[in-house]
Amino acid sequence: MKRKKILAIASGGGHWQQLMSMRQAFDDQDVLFVTTLAGLPEQYDAHPSRIVPDCNRNEKIAMVRNGIAMVGVMLRFRPQVVISTGALPGVIALALGRAVGARTIWVDSVANSEEMSMSGKLARRFAHLWLSQWEHVASTCGAEYAGSVL
Amino acid sequence: MIFVTVGTQLPFPRLLDAMNALAPELTEPVVAQTCAAREADNAAWPALEARSHMPPDLFDARFSEARLIVAHAGIGTILSARRWGKSLVLLPRRHALGEHRNDHQIATARQVEVLEGVHVAWQVSDLPGLILGTDLQVSSQRESAEHDRLVARLRQFILS
Repeated sequence: MKRKKILAIASGGGHWQQLMSMRQAFDDQDVLFVTTLAGLPEQYDAHPSRIVPDCNRNEKIAMVRNGIAMVGVMLRFRPQVVISTGALPGVIALALGRAVGARTIWVDSVANSEEMSMSGKLARRFAHLWLSQWEHVASTCGAEYAGSVL
Repeated sequence: MIFVTVGTQLPFPRLLDAMNALAPELTEPVVAQTCAAREADNAAWPALEARSHMPPDLFDARFSEARLIVAHAGIGTILSARRWGKSLVLLPRRHALGEHRNDHQIATARQVEVLEGVHVAWQVSDLPGLILGTDLQVSSQRESAEHDRLVARLRQFILS
């Protein structure tokens, strides 16, 4: 079977660690890893990889810079699937990925045990598969629960 | 060596104070990554080899050398312990004590308490018993059933 092109993206820190913990779901495919912190991909032997500028809701200029970098990555790589564990750069990647025809996956961080994260709520409209890692959170907000990295 | 880590986001003096009190009773060194605002603040825990932050390669080295990890119930810490096959003693941060923005560490600790090699101190007073106890179950690098379920669901979606 022909390998699928997967863009796997997470911000540095816990989001990235969770993405690494689930990479066996797609590691045998044609994967491009994207994160916000130089050095992280090497630490986890995740390649090929790209670094994009980090951003959050309070930094509009950083969001634009991230968006521009992400458009470049999307147009060059043309993913068939985009998967993210967060945070805001992942939402932007899901939106842009969807615009270039990719199927999209949001796995909300396991740190959100009480409600879906702010990023997760934003990601809902762009995600074909919208997961919470907590059963009670999933049932409250209408997400799917399908296990967790824990 | 026992390695104590409180993560990189917030200080956690309740755990460090308890480990500082316990360290003189132990026969092995206790190294701690404390997230203290200034290196000088680490003088509060003279029985620990304390540093506020560590570069990733040093952190990984300490983590992998340690016999036992004592930590907050951070997701990163739990995933690292599985990566290196380390036994864990967790003291979850409590929202009511101003230790985190919510109680996700309590929920997380409940979820992982059933796993091999993971031990939860629900109170500071549980720590000495767990750490001095000789029969701490050894950790497994095997993934949990919940983890396998998540990977299977993602794979099914990706390949469909």
